[in-house]
Amino acid sequence: MKYMLLIYNNPATYENWTEQERAALFGEVDAIMQELRESGEWVGGEGLADASQAKTIRVRDGIPTISDGPFAEAKEQLAGYLTVECETMERAVDIATRWPDARYFAMEVRPVMSQNGTEQ
Amino acid sequence: MRIDAETERLLRDLAPQALGALVRRYGHFDLCEDAVQEALLAAAAQWPDEGTPANPRGWLITVAARRLSDQLRSESARQRRESTAATLLTSDELLAPAPDEDRLLDQDDTLTLLFLCCHPALSPASQVALTLRAVGGLTTAQIAGAFFVPEATMAQRISRAKQSIKASGLPFRLPPESEQAERLRVVLQVLYLIFNEGYTTTSGPNLQRAELTGEAIRLTRLLLRLRPDDGEVAGLLALMLLTDARRPARSGADGALIPLAEQDRSRWNQAFIAEGVALITDALSRMPLGPYQLQAAIAAVHDEAVRAEETDWRQILVLYDLLERLAPNPMVTLNRAVALAMVSGPQAGLDLLDTLDTDDRLAGHHRLAAVRGHLFEMAGDYPAARACYQLAARRTTSLPEQRYLEMRAARLRADPEK
Repeated sequence: MKYMLLIYNNPATYENWTEQERAALFGEVDAIMQELRESGEWVGGEGLADASQAKTIRVRDGIPTISDGPFAEAKEQLAGYLTVECETMERAVDIATRWPDARYFAMEVRPVMSQNGTEQ
Repeated sequence: MRIDAETERLLRDLAPQALGALVRRYGHFDLCEDAVQEALLAAAAQWPDEGTPANPRGWLITVAARRLSDQLRSESARQRRESTAATLLTSDELLAPAPDEDRLLDQDDTLTLLFLCCHPALSPASQVALTLRAVGGLTTAQIAGAFFVPEATMAQRISRAKQSIKASGLPFRLPPESEQAERLRVVLQVLYLIFNEGYTTTSGPNLQRAELTGEAIRLTRLLLRLRPDDGEVAGLLALMLLTDARRPARSGADGALIPLAEQDRSRWNQAFIAEGVALITDALSRMPLGPYQLQAAIAAVHDEAVRAEETDWRQILVLYDLLERLAPNPMVTLNRAVALAMVSGPQAGLDLLDTLDTDDRLAGHHRLAAVRGHLFEMAGDYPAARACYQLAARRTTSLPEQRYLEMRAARLRADPEK
């Protein structure tokens, strides 16, 4: 089963971090990424540019309006995601628990829909 | 890479034979497996242009042995034990074995390979990947494509699986007689998993996945040749054929799922049905009963009904009763509830479903809600049916199933009679 781990954070919080604190954080992330690559669970993932770079598009009566900023107004924004394939939801939750952003903000784990289906 | 179907079939048949010959001779399952893959790639590149060699099996073994030799030499150079490997590959006797003895070894080797790739210490994902590569002769790229993961991820899974086998120090021979029955169950599980990965894919661009179905059938046929008197091997092959027979009718041109009762049965593959029915009839008449045989027998009853209304639900119910006794499992009870509803009316089925609400394995499962929806619809309780379909649609992680369930719920709302 594939799961997407959505990373939520507030970049402003990390702005005041020292170099050492940052290095420690990146070290944690690297270690998890390495583990996922070696276990064959890594499927993909990307970091997203700051939410201030986002455009939100709405089409009403056929007319698109494009506004600056993310869809949901909140201090915490979607900062990136990783997709893993693992045996259980528990394992996906375990990976999310160790991702550093979970300690300061939140990680959200969602099963990814598949194209496979059984007729009734 | 241009490669015709015949060459590909030949290569895939020869892959486990070449691998078996190498491992039997030299050990180092992991390195031999890499070497055979390289030889297969070399053959796929050369044979279409230069023609298939007179002794294709010998060609593959020679090329693979050369790769293995190079690999062992560079490895032992690292370990400063060059002399051992240099003398390892001077013999050419394995290239021209006596034909009869050779055939016998191949058969044992393929079975030994299957047992090794489906070792219970490996995760199901690793068992599947390794079986497809080492026994099926598929490339890592093909397997990765079929499972929608990056090639590097699949390569890592295969490599880890091989490391586990290496670390376990398993010898390259058949497991002891006393363990074979249990180990064979795992092999059958892996083959069925491969089959279902392919079968449950609806139409569309995922042709690679549909090939998994064919590959699972090919490998199960191979296994049946090696174990002709195992009723469960015959049962699994029959189940695959009787299920795959319905593939042309199970989804619409747009990929939407079509339930069994609404399928155009003229599109079912009659050759597969005939073969599956013959296999299961023979197995049931002379071998001990098992879960795959019962599932195949149920599939056969469905396949033999020319129209959905002619389905012999009483017989299906008897078979589900037997299956539930032989291999109790909430999914079987769920299916028995459908058969019971068809025989004794929807309320009997709904009552049976209520007993599943307390089963943790199924309580939150979308299939329970979906089946309940069908039975409520049968009973004429459309608001309850709609609510169940909607609940099932929220729970499923399958896009085609979600679409089917949402359509089913919408149909009940749109019909003024309902």
